[in-house]
Amino acid sequence: MSNHFLSPGHTACAGCGQSLAARLVIDASGPNTIVVNNTGCLEVFSTKYPETAWEVPWIHSLFENAAAVASGVESALRYLGKKDGINVIAQGGDGSTADIGLQALSGMLERGHDILYVCYDNEAYMNTGVQRSGLTPFNTNTSTSPVTNSSSGNIRPKKPMPEIANAHGIAYVATASAGFAQDIQRKVKKAMSIKGPKYMQIHVPCPLGWRYGPELTFEVAKLAVDTGLYPLIEYENGKLTGVRQIQPKPVEEYLKAQGRFKHLLNNPEEIKKIQAIADANIEKYNLRVVKPEGN
Amino acid sequence: MYGPLTSKPGTSKNNKTGSWRIATRPKYLQKNCIGCKMCLLVCPEGCISGNEKNTFICDYSYCKGCGICAMICPKKDIVMVKEESTEKDK
Repeated sequence: MSNHFLSPGHTACAGCGQSLAARLVIDASGPNTIVVNNTGCLEVFSTKYPETAWEVPWIHSLFENAAAVASGVESALRYLGKKDGINVIAQGGDGSTADIGLQALSGMLERGHDILYVCYDNEAYMNTGVQRSGLTPFNTNTSTSPVTNSSSGNIRPKKPMPEIANAHGIAYVATASAGFAQDIQRKVKKAMSIKGPKYMQIHVPCPLGWRYGPELTFEVAKLAVDTGLYPLIEYENGKLTGVRQIQPKPVEEYLKAQGRFKHLLNNPEEIKKIQAIADANIEKYNLRVVKPEGN
Repeated sequence: MYGPLTSKPGTSKNNKTGSWRIATRPKYLQKNCIGCKMCLLVCPEGCISGNEKNTFICDYSYCKGCGICAMICPKKDIVMVKEESTEKDK
């Protein structure tokens, strides 16, 4: 077996996008890394006591405070004069990043610690049974935003976490997707070359919560990017410096692949609203590949 | 018990998750492989190894049979086969 810093034998579901992305992140960061984890799927499946899948120093404290604990780790290393050459990663799911741990994350970004915060965005609280979170997209069927006669799922749009992180005036903010493996590793390496707080949000499909076959993880993640619903962007020092340009596909292609959007397929009105979100993203970040007229 | 709980690194390898496979397993044909390493990159388990083309193989004691590697292979050199055909396909 190749050398990975996240070992096999962890208890993630077959086809888990999060275990795929977490391994890519830690492999890109290398052995001189200290990882601090929020509570969530990643923490639960990778450390089934007394076993751990991590080959690097790893600590978990509470649901919300990976950013705060990582701040302490980084400060201690700095005080001991050992910070050079050691990467500190704080990571968590979308719930622990955007909802429960937002204050700890905001504090970490504001105090300027040299930490990479990685949010694995699977768009709901998958560990506890698919409850909606702040990063759940519009019209998603979850257990706390069920589809009824008067509702077609989650009524609120996705929280713009990359923009919130960027508003702290930090050096590097990026979004990535499990559908673009090399892109994740490039962005992690780039982030590690920059001093100061960094924020990265990775779109990680969840076969269980999104209700699709486990072999489709990569395809579903790619479709989210190709439809414009999950723009891959990079902010450096507040300026938009990189976007992945796409030839936008209709959002139906992404929606019909997943059971959590099944209720929308006979509802063109609601699909139009989701297409409008994708179009707004395409417009905002200028995602469309520039091509000659008529193609 | 009070205080921090610690474990030795990589001990999850004791956990043979290969028993989770229920229907199919990937079969690495090792014929048309171009060595793009995409299967190695995208395996959620990280149980695929190999370096040169036509050398890639997965560790069936951990493979959960999700089938992402078979979907991603650009040369269709990885196919999903029925789990019963264990011995002769190995």
